[in-house]
Amino acid sequence: MSPLRHALARAWRDPRGRAGALILAAVTLGAMIGPHLLPDPLAQPCVLTCRDLGPSLEHPFGTDDLSRDVLARVATGGRISLGVALLAVALSVTLGAVTGLVAGYLGGAVDTMLMRLVDAALAIPRLFLLLLVLAVWEQVPVLVLVLLIGATGWFGTGRLVRGEVLRLREEAYVRAAEALGASRRRIIFRHLLPNTAGPLLVAATLGVGDVILLEAGLSFLGLGVQPPTPSWGGMILDAKAVLVAAPWAGIFPGLAIVITVLAANLFGDALRDAVDPRGA
Amino acid sequence: MTHALQVENLRVSFPTGDGGLVYPVDGVSFTLDRGRTLALVGESGCGKSLTSLALLRLIPSPGRIENGSTILLGDTDVLSLRGEPLRKIRGRRIGMVFQDPMTSLNPVFTVGDQIAEGVRAHFDVSRAEARRRALMLLQEVGIPDPAARLDAYPHQLSGGMRQRVMIAIALSAEPEILVADEPTTALDVTVQAQILEVLDRLRDRHGMAVLLITHDLGIVAGRADRVAVMYAGQIVEEAPTERLFASPSHPYTQGLFASIPRIRGPIGRLSPIGGSVPAPGAWPSGCRFRPRCPRAFEKSETMPPLLPVGPDHRMRCWLAERERA
Repeated sequence: MSPLRHALARAWRDPRGRAGALILAAVTLGAMIGPHLLPDPLAQPCVLTCRDLGPSLEHPFGTDDLSRDVLARVATGGRISLGVALLAVALSVTLGAVTGLVAGYLGGAVDTMLMRLVDAALAIPRLFLLLLVLAVWEQVPVLVLVLLIGATGWFGTGRLVRGEVLRLREEAYVRAAEALGASRRRIIFRHLLPNTAGPLLVAATLGVGDVILLEAGLSFLGLGVQPPTPSWGGMILDAKAVLVAAPWAGIFPGLAIVITVLAANLFGDALRDAVDPRGA
Repeated sequence: MTHALQVENLRVSFPTGDGGLVYPVDGVSFTLDRGRTLALVGESGCGKSLTSLALLRLIPSPGRIENGSTILLGDTDVLSLRGEPLRKIRGRRIGMVFQDPMTSLNPVFTVGDQIAEGVRAHFDVSRAEARRRALMLLQEVGIPDPAARLDAYPHQLSGGMRQRVMIAIALSAEPEILVADEPTTALDVTVQAQILEVLDRLRDRHGMAVLLITHDLGIVAGRADRVAVMYAGQIVEEAPTERLFASPSHPYTQGLFASIPRIRGPIGRLSPIGGSVPAPGAWPSGCRFRPRCPRAFEKSETMPPLLPVGPDHRMRCWLAERERA
């Protein structure tokens, strides 16, 4: 069994890890199949009599001020929010990993250049950078949102991976691979990358929670996912106007955010301990 | 005649904190021929491992090989190579077996993958073919049930098995020269013998040249054709193995033999060499063994060259002159 699978198995034996994984799986499953079973999240069955209905059998999470089914919107919004989070994290982890690997292994001027770039980027507050771009670019497509969040989220990962690589490149097996005539590319991607998989997976898992929060915040400010496409943050924004009349319209997407982020963090923490038991 | 490997006046320098340079390898010369084993013997810190790394230009930064050094691999001038041609001699012309089989294998790959990596780094063969060769190599280094071991991860193998895997990796690109840096230091004594036998067998079967680096004179006897003893970055005595064992001449070599327990003969106290190897940069002027040498005399205050003491036998000590006279 490879060390990464060992770590995953250890995380699964950890109650936090198992709870986090199960909740994440349930949320993902709900977001994937929910929209197929539930009513159309944009449908307005009736204009006046179905507004702001409380939870019932027909509408378990109630309806919002536009008479739309909140459960259906939470499920569809989950698909958007999780999708944005996963894609953005995949992008930022890839960028961070490649930068960190190259900087850490090659060292010298390349390392200095890349790390000063990261230092500079980390000095710019990410949220304000995103707010600026999104405020200028009205009605931003979801894919662009993903690219923006991903492209501004890799700096920490880059540093983390570089640090790991600085340690790993002194390992005897890296020297042995060099002595065997392995090319730089091969050493970076075959020897160093898999050995950073643990920390990368931890960073990715914790990153999913962060990005869900970030996207929810941006959408709540009206700058993220644009209506009528449902997203958890956007739903809370819509619910703000009817907070007293229909609190469920805001509570359920809010709960979805809390539960998903909590699950991601639980799983991430368990995974971190499993990857590096000494830090536990 | 061209040798498999010829090293002339190899010097390796490292910068010190205060802007100076130290030379942990300082003017090492030796030759190595096919089908032969040269043992490079010395204490920790004498520069023997750096010498072996220098052969593949793997001196860790910020160390460097000084101008004026020569490393000839057959007709190839190793020190003039850069980039791809340099990569191509690593593994292919010189294979390395490292000291610690516990850390020299990548923990995240199966041993089969790691052996196949060497095959594929130098030969244009399919994955299946590389795997087939990996299996043969495991067989060759004497691993029982090699087909099952191919898919084992390093942590599932014992130290001796891992060292056999390391040897299989070093052989994967069919090198002419095998450099074994303390190949048995991390192993049990019984396993040591087995590993050394594997090396001997491979040398004889493939006609390889073997550079055996060790601190243990005990494993040199009956195995190496020649022995070079290193002290403080220099070779201090060099001779055919039998001759060196029969009449060690340099006071340092004599000290090494005096500190080995003997099975036969009268039982006496071991006499270890007093003091320890000085760090590079803290070397005394003149003969570097002078402060620890029981036979040092006035002339030891100037550095002796390698002087002949017998047929094919040289040492870096002025006593050679005196004994000949």
